[in-house]
Amino acid sequence: MNFGLDALRLVLPGGHRALAGVSLEVRHGERVVVIGPSGAGKTSLLRVVGTALRPSSGTLCIAGVDPWALPAGALRRLRGRVGMIHQSPPLPPRQRLVTAVLAGRLEAWGLFKGLASLAYPADVAGARDALARLELAERLFDRCDRLSGGQLQRVGVARVLYQKPDLILADEPVSSLDPQLADQTIGELHREAQARGVTLMASLHAVDLALKWFPRVVGLRDGTVVFDQPPVRISDAMLRDLYATETPVIPVQGYEPLQRLAAGPRSARRGAQPLCR
Amino acid sequence: MNVAAVRRDPALGARLALAAVGLALLWPAIDLAEFDPRKLFETGNLETVARFLGTFFPLALGADFLDLVLRSALETLALATAGTAVAIVLALPLAMAVSESLSVSRVGPARRAWIGRLLRTPVRALLVFMRSIPEIVWALLFVRAVGLGPAAGVLAIAINYAGMLGKVYFEIFEAGDTRPARAVLESGGGRVHAFFYGVLPVSLPELVSYSVYRWECAIRASVVMGFVGAGGLGQQMELSMRMLEGGEVATMLLVFLALVMLADAISALLRKVLM
Repeated sequence: MNFGLDALRLVLPGGHRALAGVSLEVRHGERVVVIGPSGAGKTSLLRVVGTALRPSSGTLCIAGVDPWALPAGALRRLRGRVGMIHQSPPLPPRQRLVTAVLAGRLEAWGLFKGLASLAYPADVAGARDALARLELAERLFDRCDRLSGGQLQRVGVARVLYQKPDLILADEPVSSLDPQLADQTIGELHREAQARGVTLMASLHAVDLALKWFPRVVGLRDGTVVFDQPPVRISDAMLRDLYATETPVIPVQGYEPLQRLAAGPRSARRGAQPLCR
Repeated sequence: MNVAAVRRDPALGARLALAAVGLALLWPAIDLAEFDPRKLFETGNLETVARFLGTFFPLALGADFLDLVLRSALETLALATAGTAVAIVLALPLAMAVSESLSVSRVGPARRAWIGRLLRTPVRALLVFMRSIPEIVWALLFVRAVGLGPAAGVLAIAINYAGMLGKVYFEIFEAGDTRPARAVLESGGGRVHAFFYGVLPVSLPELVSYSVYRWECAIRASVVMGFVGAGGLGQQMELSMRMLEGGEVATMLLVFLALVMLADAISALLRKVLM
């Protein structure tokens, strides 16, 4: 699923300007990471793309249409095709993992299958498979409040894997995981995106992880795009500049020095055509 | 705001003003309600109270009477249980309808969000209407509609308590963590999905414990309604009071105490199971 933003601004209800004119185009199947200091607008950007927040001005276009011009039913179907991984997964403490994972497909299931699944889980095998990819299969029937923060975060990932969305949005999906698990989890998201040919956009605090895995890196600061480059084109100076306001040290999650990988596919430059049909 | 230049907590002024307004409203209220605790202890009043309480002894423990009390107590339990059950069935959809955290159009928020707000207003008004008319008035109404007996009590409790439960349910929905419900809405789920996958698992213990408390209130309310002929223990108590049979009243009060304690124990048990 492709999407595009043009001069997109977002003012939050409190009056805070979270996004100040962001233009970005992501093609079908691309894998993009957003980095930047905290408060840069990474979460807001992902939530706008996930149609959880409506832009204050500017254009948002998902799969060729403006989601906010869609009728309610079509917007719900679109939301069903977008999977959001939250930094702190919004899972009820008393819910069992199997239910939490199956909830990913509520839109596809419709009302009655969704309700029937509460009485007896509709797809135990599917939930187990999704959890197995994050090494949580044996916790299938445990309650969410029996899990640690890092395990819970992986349940949020499993839910989106089970959802099988056309666009995966991952907001700091590994912030509570140790470096090895973080690497493994990001890897799992990439495998999913590649295997099904779907789009992946993540935000990451750990720059080394971002540069290692993603062929396209967007630097965000104060609600604007500072750079949008493949990792080979990103210099230490650009990173220092990006994080200048936060800390003199560039945040990483591993212990190895930053290493660059070969560049992946780059997005085509924006043509003259309008974003939305 | 330049935080460094702030000497005082900026919330101080508002807090003092709020406290002053609260006191200014409370004093005339106490005055209007003629609340004066000293009156309780004036000798004449105390004697009257003592005489009234003296008629409570000895307790009435005749076999026939106990049999009657037992049957009335069962009737009261049935009345309160049926009334509360109907009230819950009525209240849940109404609370779901007015809950903002279950509103699909609030995600974004969509341009059409004001339509949802507009539709929620009459439902809230309906809840206010159902609970603002006291259950005894509902009971008087239904005694005329369906005749003397517990059926009128069931209807009165169902309507009145649906109004109260609906309001409190919806407040419980909003007070808990609303992010799970929101996440369901954001991934394309509907209002009912968001409720069962997002709200209910968060707020189930509060919902159950408040509903059981309301059931306990319904047991007590059934006494008052019994006085106007809506069946149960209350109706028997009214008869005994009219016959000045203090002992019978006292026995029934003890049975009442037992019923309320039972409700309390059930509530504690359910909470423990559900937590």
